[in-house]
Amino acid sequence: MTAKADRMVTRLVGTGEPELSCEACFTHLDRYVDVELSGGVADREIPGMAGHLANCPACAEEHEALLACADLPPTASGEAAPRTSGS
Amino acid sequence: MTKPRTVTLTETAVLDAPSDAWISALRGTGASKDDAVGRLHAMMLRVARWQVQRLRHTLGRIDADELDVLAQQAADDATIAVLGHLDDFAGRSRFTTWAFKFAVLHASVALRRHRWRDREIPTEPQDWPYQPDPGAGPDQQAAAGDLAATLRAAIATALTPHQRDVLVALAINDVPIDVLAERLGTSRGALYKTLHDARARLRTTLTDEGYEPPPSRREKGR
Repeated sequence: MTAKADRMVTRLVGTGEPELSCEACFTHLDRYVDVELSGGVADREIPGMAGHLANCPACAEEHEALLACADLPPTASGEAAPRTSGS
Repeated sequence: MTKPRTVTLTETAVLDAPSDAWISALRGTGASKDDAVGRLHAMMLRVARWQVQRLRHTLGRIDADELDVLAQQAADDATIAVLGHLDDFAGRSRFTTWAFKFAVLHASVALRRHRWRDREIPTEPQDWPYQPDPGAGPDQQAAAGDLAATLRAAIATALTPHQRDVLVALAINDVPIDVLAERLGTSRGALYKTLHDARARLRTTLTDEGYEPPPSRREKGR
């Protein structure tokens, strides 16, 4: 088949891989992204996540966004966390 | 064909210092809690604004004020969601990554709903996802055309009406899943389950017809 035909079929029949649900994807997305950013093997840590991201455009977009912004400083001043009474 | 499933990570995580500070402050009382909630909202707004700017090109013409209203509303919703789910934070990621995902979700959903706010959900295929590949030879083009015809027939005959509507909307007409869920009064998860089942049925039909569905990424890598 041609590459375009392959893409057509994949959109319609999915990749056939084991995959998480959308809810489970959201539950584990933060862990998955932090493992990716730390250089770990995220797919081994959370089986089924990669399969879901390959099949669900909305979750894939949110994964891409979180991966891109997770290392942003959380505040404009760059503080990582609120000051606690002991700090 | 496996069904979507839930994984359970059972390891107990020790919070890193910044995450511990966030959780302690948000679970506190009085002025220190108010200060932490204010900081959380500012963080949600920062991420929501970042995401709406990132996806601004998907909206067509929209003025900056209207875009910022979307970001503000998403930040409000994300802040409420984070505060309502604090007990779910198990320390398996940084607190900020965990919280950011709520801002990303709410901003993304707001943008997708805005993009479709005045549009009907098309129930018939707007454009079959097959375009002749100019680089392919005549035999390949003919084979791809046969496959497209087989898929159209399978969609018409092998799926339930609901599976067909969901597959056509999500996989052919590119309706965002949360937009369709809102219009149908159901959840994103329920729709994805329907899509998954429809895809499995089509995959089986293709195999029965003698076609070999494209290999998964894992199989390609072997």
